[in-house]
Amino acid sequence: MTDQPLTDLLRNRFAAGILVVENTSDMTTVTVSKEIIHDVIMYLHESPETGFGFLTTLCGIHYPDQPLPFGVIYHLHNMEKNIRIRVKTFLPADNLHIPTVTDLFSGANWMERETYDFYGILFDGHPNLIRILNVEYLDYFPMRKEYPLEDPTREDKDNRFFGR
Amino acid sequence: METTKKTYTRVDPPEGVAGAGYFATTLDRVIGLARKNSIWPLPFATSCCGIEFMATMGAHYDLARFGSERLSFSPRQADLLMVMGTIAKKMGPVVQQVYVQMAEPRWVIAVGACAASGGIFDTYSVLQGIDRVVPVDVYVPGCPPRPEQIIDGFMRVQDLAATESLRRRYSEEYKALLRSYGIFTTDQQDTM
Repeated sequence: MTDQPLTDLLRNRFAAGILVVENTSDMTTVTVSKEIIHDVIMYLHESPETGFGFLTTLCGIHYPDQPLPFGVIYHLHNMEKNIRIRVKTFLPADNLHIPTVTDLFSGANWMERETYDFYGILFDGHPNLIRILNVEYLDYFPMRKEYPLEDPTREDKDNRFFGR
Repeated sequence: METTKKTYTRVDPPEGVAGAGYFATTLDRVIGLARKNSIWPLPFATSCCGIEFMATMGAHYDLARFGSERLSFSPRQADLLMVMGTIAKKMGPVVQQVYVQMAEPRWVIAVGACAASGGIFDTYSVLQGIDRVVPVDVYVPGCPPRPEQIIDGFMRVQDLAATESLRRRYSEEYKALLRSYGIFTTDQQDTM
């Protein structure tokens, strides 16, 4: 069940920028356009009507078959009322720029670095957008669904010994 | 109270010529005997194989019986690098740096499937075997190997230590092996 008062607040404020409102995995989910993502997060964070003080997580996603294949997903938590919300936004493959939310949540720093590390999504305004988990010299973004699951550089594993 | 007699075995002397009041053998064998029974391991434990190594060091399996009761957590005093667990590509240079900091003679055991070959982690982030960054003397298979297997691998290193020529670490073949890993010894840098 979606949180009707909350989604009404968002619809009244952002109107056409709110693309989809749904309920997935017992959590209110709103998909918004990329242009207003920073405003939506700021509104949810700072307005007394919403009061989402905690950024639970932030991550990337890749649906290669969608027109807008790359996504960024934010989970926010209102600790006082124990309400959660999931905010999604999607980007075209040729323009992976999205505004940072590190000005709102300091904890987003490493999460955005991780999202950049694995998906190559560029967070404009991030203070230190470099790889965080993978080796520095990695020249691709490994969680994109463009690569074989196994290490393609391997030389020492013979397919005959693996039943292939 | 009844006392039970225990028989203790001791390390046998190496091959040589024995007579009344003397024993003659080669220096290689004497040094090999000493090295073999005083190998100080440096445990580089990153995952479940490290837990098996803790059992190996414990009282039940007791690696101290082989002269290795003293773990060396400084590479400077270690003789044997025991790499136990998955080594991510980001960790590869660390393993190599630890190896370079060890003094000669030094040996390496790759304990477990991950250290030996990457194991089940056939993926972008995992080094497919530590022999891509350091030369390995003994591979112990298993996921994870039991302490008996680790001890068996350790005894193979003892065999290597006992029979190694004192000249081996100065040989051109050995230097070429290290160079193939991008490791340069001090005397090599002088001549380069």
